[in-house]
Amino acid sequence: MGTNLDALTTVFTEFYYWLTVALMFLIHVGFCMYEVGASRRRNHMHTLLKNSMLIPLVTITFFFFGWWIYWAFPNGPFITGGLDLGAAGPNAPTSDIMGTNLQDRITGVFWAAFLLFSWTAASIVSGSVIERINSGAFWILVVLIGSVFWIIDAAWGWHYAGWMVKILGYHDAYASGVIHAIAGGFALGVLVVLGPRLGKFGKDGKPRDILPHNPWLVCIGLFLIYTGFWGFYVACNVPLIDPGGIGGQITGETWTATTIYLTPTTLGAITMNFLMSLSGGMMIGYFVSKGNAFWTYSGGLAGIITASAGNDIYHPIQAMIIGGVGTYLAYKLHYWVENRFKIDDAVGAVAVHGYAGFIGLVICGFVLWGHPASPYEGYATISPWGQFIGAVIMFGLLGFLPGWIASKILDSFGLLRIPKEIELLGLDFRTNLEEEAAAKEVREAEKAKI
Amino acid sequence: MSTTGITSWSVDLAEVGAIYPFQGLEVIMLLVGLVFWICWHVITFRSEIELQQEKIAKFGTAEYMNSAIDED
Repeated sequence: MGTNLDALTTVFTEFYYWLTVALMFLIHVGFCMYEVGASRRRNHMHTLLKNSMLIPLVTITFFFFGWWIYWAFPNGPFITGGLDLGAAGPNAPTSDIMGTNLQDRITGVFWAAFLLFSWTAASIVSGSVIERINSGAFWILVVLIGSVFWIIDAAWGWHYAGWMVKILGYHDAYASGVIHAIAGGFALGVLVVLGPRLGKFGKDGKPRDILPHNPWLVCIGLFLIYTGFWGFYVACNVPLIDPGGIGGQITGETWTATTIYLTPTTLGAITMNFLMSLSGGMMIGYFVSKGNAFWTYSGGLAGIITASAGNDIYHPIQAMIIGGVGTYLAYKLHYWVENRFKIDDAVGAVAVHGYAGFIGLVICGFVLWGHPASPYEGYATISPWGQFIGAVIMFGLLGFLPGWIASKILDSFGLLRIPKEIELLGLDFRTNLEEEAAAKEVREAEKAKI
Repeated sequence: MSTTGITSWSVDLAEVGAIYPFQGLEVIMLLVGLVFWICWHVITFRSEIELQQEKIAKFGTAEYMNSAIDED
């Protein structure tokens, strides 16, 4: 921080990312409320703790190896080059800039912003598998999605030098694919092996509605996810940078905000597009579900997620339409997959995140066709085929496949699913009995004072 | 003598880097962290399975299961 301008830029950037972390925490609060609201009374505490414990587990593993992967893997490795150990070294858990260091004020907050994305990826999976997965198995799966696979996809497609950006012109500014499609795909891979909750499907194969215990908690949870999503969006930007700092083809001296690819955008643009895609999604969600509150709110999320890939550049009306289209298709796909393949996705996460994310990437390829994916020379431009291949990599290769394989391994040891008796009794059964007994004892003690 | 390497703040901050204690032991700290993490998984997974078996042995009857379902 040699000059006052350097100091202001550094401290502004440091505070900017710190604020996004605090806001993104609300995503997790929202996911927890949503899941507990969607689960039945006999499973509340386990559902809450299953999700909550991913916070420490993903945090420590992201510190141990997740962050290093992001900096080491942009070339594949072995697609556009080897492991980038030069960039990864300073971001390794043993590096002195990963502790309190007066020469580096940004790495800590930047790491934390990425970490909160990791929590989100893991938490998306959590809701779909409630009421029948072993918590221990789930916690292994969240380390895989939160600290390994999503961060590989970020290195490939959400890094200014990622091989997908260079070769495919992959563009995913606010993470339609790198967070949502991969997490939805991973959840689907787990669900295929895990199977539905007991009683979800009748003998004739028709699905039954397992109603949320508390629809109000579900709705407030979804509202909180919207709120946290603001932090998620701005955390995807570099808030302030000069063309010299970018070092690409941009000329002149005009400072700007950029995407993670260092392509220029404005905070104003993404704010309008966030709100317009949310609106398109909510309106179509309400319409297509005939006024169902759960799908109306989820539609808002699906709308944002669909438009996110190109929300740095879209016109707000385009964002609204794209959000609406993605929501409609995600809703229809959810019920088609449920009926056709007997997949019990308890909260619709595969649809809202996975299908909407995938669709959003493909739409982005058409709408932004030919736009430069990077400020650097020699990179491919955005195209439908680049985006489609990118969507398949995110949803299928790094999402579905690892989720399915890891679940198969856990299942082969009998560790994936809880026993039938526990599912029927409820995961909280003994705790509930003990709590009732304790409450009864206190009541009797109080009555004895009369 | 200081665990952080800083013994006085009469310094030019431009020349100060890491100030956390026990610099140089990062690899050992990482190993401790990894062992803590792996052990946590193993211990909690085992205890979860044991608790389930105990619960099934004690309450895994049709009567208990019916009452649990009815209370939902």
